[in-house]
Amino acid sequence: MISIFANYGPDLLLGLGRTLLCSVIALFFSLIIGSMFAIFETTPIKFLRVIARIYIEVFRNIPLLVITMFFYVVIPLTFAKVDGFTAGTIGLTLYTSAFIAETVRSGIQSVNSGQMEGARANGMTFWQSMRLIILPQAYRYVIPPLGNQFINLVKNSSVLAFVAGFDLMYQGNVIASNSLDTINTYMAVGVLYLVITMPLSYYMRHLEKKLA
Amino acid sequence: MLTNFINAYSSMNIVYLLEGLAITIFVSVISIIGSYIIGAILGIIRYIKIKYVSAIVGFVIDLIRNLPLLLIIFFVYFGLPNIGLKPSSVWATIISMIIFESAMLAEIVRSGILAVDWGQMEGARANGLTYSQAMWHIMLPQAMKKMIPAIVSQFISLIKDTSLATIIVLPDVMHNAQIVYGQNTNYIIPMFLMLAVMYFVVCYALSLLSRYLEKRMA
Repeated sequence: MISIFANYGPDLLLGLGRTLLCSVIALFFSLIIGSMFAIFETTPIKFLRVIARIYIEVFRNIPLLVITMFFYVVIPLTFAKVDGFTAGTIGLTLYTSAFIAETVRSGIQSVNSGQMEGARANGMTFWQSMRLIILPQAYRYVIPPLGNQFINLVKNSSVLAFVAGFDLMYQGNVIASNSLDTINTYMAVGVLYLVITMPLSYYMRHLEKKLA
Repeated sequence: MLTNFINAYSSMNIVYLLEGLAITIFVSVISIIGSYIIGAILGIIRYIKIKYVSAIVGFVIDLIRNLPLLLIIFFVYFGLPNIGLKPSSVWATIISMIIFESAMLAEIVRSGILAVDWGQMEGARANGLTYSQAMWHIMLPQAMKKMIPAIVSQFISLIKDTSLATIIVLPDVMHNAQIVYGQNTNYIIPMFLMLAVMYFVVCYALSLLSRYLEKRMA
């Protein structure tokens, strides 16, 4: 394993960088999209609730690989050419946003409904009370689950290997077929994944205990 | 456009996709059974805190949980032959699924038992049950009830994740769809639509089942 790091260190680190970059981009956009659909689900407008429900159920029940391959294979047919990294990031964003929407929704619903009523009674509009009163309180509840979503994102970003996204997993495969030392290569790749995910998951567990 | 759909959904292609779906479901069912049993045992071991054993089991569970499933699949399929074992793609998938999912389930089981009020255990012990009797008859049934949603959603993600095994040429529904649209680019969109529908039906049915079970047991 040491020799793998010694010989292919730069490639692995490059892959790790791509994995992190893609995860951070996907987290950012899926937070926005996810929160939007979570708010849709809690509005009194039935049409928005139905839209949100459909979006969430569809993207939660279809494999990430199908979504990613869709963007990698179908979009170039009709619109512009997309590279593997972009297709993978879009797929990850859509897939994760459905899970984040569920998380944020349960966060919103765990805020006492009196808060909303109080805000409305004080003359705020629905959007004002959502933005200024409910969401700031909801985000406190959802930080540990969001952290876990980020861990899942880092792990799921390995689908980029299917679409030549040059992430850590992809580099690992290239190195494995060059060095023929599959066990040690995949162990090295595993160590790099754990370097990101393990501390994060212990921190989230700690945070969960502190907030509970 | 419409003719593409009609041609793509010829009976031959649909049967071919359904054959793939059967493989997907077969692999999923075996993995679900295996990981449920192993996961429950590991979760209980981690919960009851046997000296050293539980700490080691817990650490290994955390390690596996934090690795991508795809890496485990690669490790089993391409790594094990280096030490003399050569699993077929079906068995490699099942083995990696069981390794990964039993770690996930162990965590669910452990937190499920933790969520049961400790007073239940004390009450059972005070009534003369042994520790293992109290665990089996009092704690686990109550924990089970709390765990159902988490377990079922884990099984749903297991079914979705079997699609990753196309990379080791498991002839599942994803792989068969790729073969069909590989022959004719006009079939790409119909095939993806069909894939989405098939996965959605299977997974959504399972999530409806979970809601039903939750209601019935509550």
